[in-house]
Amino acid sequence: MIDSGRRRHWLAPAPHSLHDGIVRKWEPSDALRFGRVLRSFPNWRGVAGRRTMAAMAKRPPTLRARGLCKVYRTGEVEVHALRSLDLELGTGELVVLLGPSGSGKSTLLNILGGLDTATAGEAWFLDHELSRLDDAGLTRYRREHVGFVFQFYNLIPSLTALENVALVTEIALDPMPPAAALALVGLGERLHHFPAQLSGGEQQRVAIARAIAKRPDLLLCDEPTGALDSQTGVLVLEAIERTHAELGTSTVLITHNAVIAEMADRVLVMGDGRIHEERRNARRRPAREIAW
Amino acid sequence: MGALHRKLLRDFWRLRGQVFAIALVMASGVGVLVMALTAVESLEQTAIAYYERYGFADVFARVERAPENVAVKLREIPGVRTVETRVVRTAVLDVAGFPEPVIGELVSVPERAEAHLNRLALREGRLPRDGRPDEAVLAEPFAQAHALAPGDHLRAVINGRWRELTVVGVALSPEYVYAIGPGALMPDDRRFGVLWLGREALEAAFDLDGAFNDVSLAILPGADPEAVVGHVDRILAPYGGVGAYARADQLSNWFLMNEIDQSRTLSTILPTIFLAVAAFLTHMVLGRLVAVERSEIGLLKAFGYTNRDIAAHYARFALGIGLVGVLLGWCVGYWLGRYDTQLYAELYHFPFLLFRPGPQAFAIAAAVSLGAALLGALAAVRTAAVLPPAEAMRPPAPPPFQRTAFGDLGLVRRLDQPTRILLRQVVRWPGRSFVTTAGIAMSIAVLVTAMQWLDAIEHMIDVYFLQAQGQDVSVGFAQPRSAEIERDLRRLPGVRTTEPMRAVPARLRHGWRMQREAVQGLPARQQLYRVYDAEGRALELPPDGLVISTMLAKLLDVRVGDRITVEVLEGRRPVAEVPVVATFETYIGSPAYMDLRALARLMRERPSVTAVHLRVDAAHRGPLFRALKALPSVSSVTVREAAVRTFRDTMAETITIFVSFFVVFACALAFGVTYNAARVALSERGRELATLRVLGFTRAEISYLLLGELALLAFVALPLGCAAGFGLASLIVQAFETELYRVPLVVLPETYGLAMAIGLVATAVSALLVRRRLDRLDLIAVLKTRE
Repeated sequence: MIDSGRRRHWLAPAPHSLHDGIVRKWEPSDALRFGRVLRSFPNWRGVAGRRTMAAMAKRPPTLRARGLCKVYRTGEVEVHALRSLDLELGTGELVVLLGPSGSGKSTLLNILGGLDTATAGEAWFLDHELSRLDDAGLTRYRREHVGFVFQFYNLIPSLTALENVALVTEIALDPMPPAAALALVGLGERLHHFPAQLSGGEQQRVAIARAIAKRPDLLLCDEPTGALDSQTGVLVLEAIERTHAELGTSTVLITHNAVIAEMADRVLVMGDGRIHEERRNARRRPAREIAW
Repeated sequence: MGALHRKLLRDFWRLRGQVFAIALVMASGVGVLVMALTAVESLEQTAIAYYERYGFADVFARVERAPENVAVKLREIPGVRTVETRVVRTAVLDVAGFPEPVIGELVSVPERAEAHLNRLALREGRLPRDGRPDEAVLAEPFAQAHALAPGDHLRAVINGRWRELTVVGVALSPEYVYAIGPGALMPDDRRFGVLWLGREALEAAFDLDGAFNDVSLAILPGADPEAVVGHVDRILAPYGGVGAYARADQLSNWFLMNEIDQSRTLSTILPTIFLAVAAFLTHMVLGRLVAVERSEIGLLKAFGYTNRDIAAHYARFALGIGLVGVLLGWCVGYWLGRYDTQLYAELYHFPFLLFRPGPQAFAIAAAVSLGAALLGALAAVRTAAVLPPAEAMRPPAPPPFQRTAFGDLGLVRRLDQPTRILLRQVVRWPGRSFVTTAGIAMSIAVLVTAMQWLDAIEHMIDVYFLQAQGQDVSVGFAQPRSAEIERDLRRLPGVRTTEPMRAVPARLRHGWRMQREAVQGLPARQQLYRVYDAEGRALELPPDGLVISTMLAKLLDVRVGDRITVEVLEGRRPVAEVPVVATFETYIGSPAYMDLRALARLMRERPSVTAVHLRVDAAHRGPLFRALKALPSVSSVTVREAAVRTFRDTMAETITIFVSFFVVFACALAFGVTYNAARVALSERGRELATLRVLGFTRAEISYLLLGELALLAFVALPLGCAAGFGLASLIVQAFETELYRVPLVVLPETYGLAMAIGLVATAVSALLVRRRLDRLDLIAVLKTRE
């Protein structure tokens, strides 16, 4: 456990880990690496794909799921959103989840993100079983380890871009400065704009900055380009690609847009509550080459 | 049922919490209004019916002694319908088992025929029979206080002789609806009672054979009572008339009418507050409903519903809230009105009580409340009506927050983000913040106003009874007595100090203004019964001139240095110009004081007394009371301790109950305001809060965002509410001010504290209810839905 020594939000609980065993895996070299991120800012497009698959395979998986089932009951009707699903997400891996509406992608993401619990089966974050955590435990998990990017940005309208990011860094254990997170997504010039003064693409990039500023172990993006046109969508994907590359965050990206799958290390195609197909991209295609 | 109606009903059900909270506030207003109006109505109806049925007189006069044939002259006064002469005197009574002397007002009733005026409502037994001078009918409250029934006996000192009286009946009289003893402030049925005896018996007992000392007149419809009063005064002056007065000034009726007026005042001030707040809440909730349903409104218009249909739809929603409030308020009001009337019936004694409220009170309350609901709905209904269908289909633009000078303050820059969100919400919606703050403040104000009465009464007791009065017992006499009586009283067992007092009935004139008032003569420096300013200083009476209360100065429009014409209505009936040398503030009555010797000079008589104040050794009370009972011509014995107790008990009975009603209403107000403010905020920001939960904020942290805002507004409301409470209290105190008493505007710090605490608890309860909803926020939905 690392106590950053930074000022915490006064409502935040004392620094702690999920369970006694969990230790953040950040090394002191983080700071150096982050400096490099900033220095490389003007030409950051070339960074993607620098990491090798082999390097990643050695690390233990960030997420593991075994036999996940999720049944929704509405009155007499039972909906099986997930049917005994198995999954593994390697550290630093970028996975794209493809699938039509109702295939269970969002349900899976909700369970992995600690928003929902499975009806059966187990989900592990490192060596901690998510299904055993109570509400407070799940909140702590989200707070310390997960970054979320929503389809509709979900920014707080009464806070500026910088403050929206600061909202999360104030309660994080070892965050980067909010301005640096915004610089990483190319919004260094618009720190003091309110959401109403930003375009959709800009708002989504603020949302990404907000998600990664805490240096999460896991970045979950649910249709991050769903509300955007192709051109703006690419900018957002570039931001995700870059932060993934710079911070090595394990990332899951949900989309129904098959083109986007080309930027992933691995693509999972879902249907009917199961993973139908799994494929690895031999080469990750840079986001700027993607168009739809 | 049309689809739109079905939607209305479902919306209504879905928002039932908020609907109920507003309806509760509205019901409080309706309840107070219906209560006051029905109580006024039933008290008025009861009084009118009672007065009518039992021939309550229109004009009253007291004389020393007038031969019976004077009545013929009175009957000839234009406009007079009936004249009835009587013998009325006070006497000391001895009731078995009650140590203190009891004062009885002995009133004659004709023995051979039924009375024309002020007839008795016989409750039990019969009237005294001809030739049975020892038979008496007792006033019902007095009989009940001493558990006396027909067949029982009691003793009375009549003209210096003990007489054994037999109770033959129990009755009520329209003259004594509110029966108050001489020198008392409140009815005390144990120490004061009315007894009706045969006319001949009283004539004989008080040496008034063929004469009368009291007369009542009924006038013809349309005749001016004041003109009749003038005639009566002229005719009775040679017989020691102390001034006739019309029904409006008759003590019992005055109190009753005053009570009705106060109820009427209550029916205007307080419901206005509640209904105004309910209108604001309707505005808030309906405004939010229209904002949420923008796309539905667009859709309906696209389908061909007219703007008028849409407007009517939302107006119906407001009317629905109003209807729930009105129905609830009707029930509460009916029940309260009935209770209120019954409470009055304990204080004001009627042989029957008409509680048959007509539709008027309910109709007025409904019209006013539905009007308030519609007024509150106006803005939202108009927004819905004018919303162009195409625009309605698009989501609303995010609220345009902007950087302000406020945001750049160093202080704000040091705040954490949640606190910034909270502050910006307050600044962004100043109107709503104002309504919430004002609503909570008003509930505290209502609490302060209600509880102020308790403070005021304690203060009145403290100043009037405890600080100003140093005597333990006051003994009054029916006729002026020579100053020697004071010496006699000092010799009674246990008496330590005595102090004389002389009260002279008089008309005080200044210009065209006239006031009937007793001029009270006291020693220059009083030890016991003191001329005491409300601000807490005892006044020394100068050797000459009048020291009058500010109330009397106001009534006569005089200032220190002006001269008042004093027309004495007793003895040689001198008329003199007397200067006003000082004024003082008092809560009760409008007294005028003079130095005892100066008053004797004015009267052109040797110093005499009508009352003696005593300080008494507590251990010797029993023997003293026994001695006082045997003293001839004593007309009143007032024990201060008992007077304080009666005052407090009577007040406690009525005021405490009303205070508790208002505490409930004020809580409903605070609850309604906070609950709606929180629910509207939750509806607007639920998505924002759920997002924060997803980002890892705990329940406590997001509660801070929503409820912190409420807490902030509530804390701002605290001092405002106290200030508004003081203002409202002073408004009500002014409205309730009468010539007889003025409630002082005293609010103790504890009252402010208690009002704020109750307001905060009501606020906290509604906040907790909303907090439960925060705990059930759907985190998953926010990921997918667009607002």
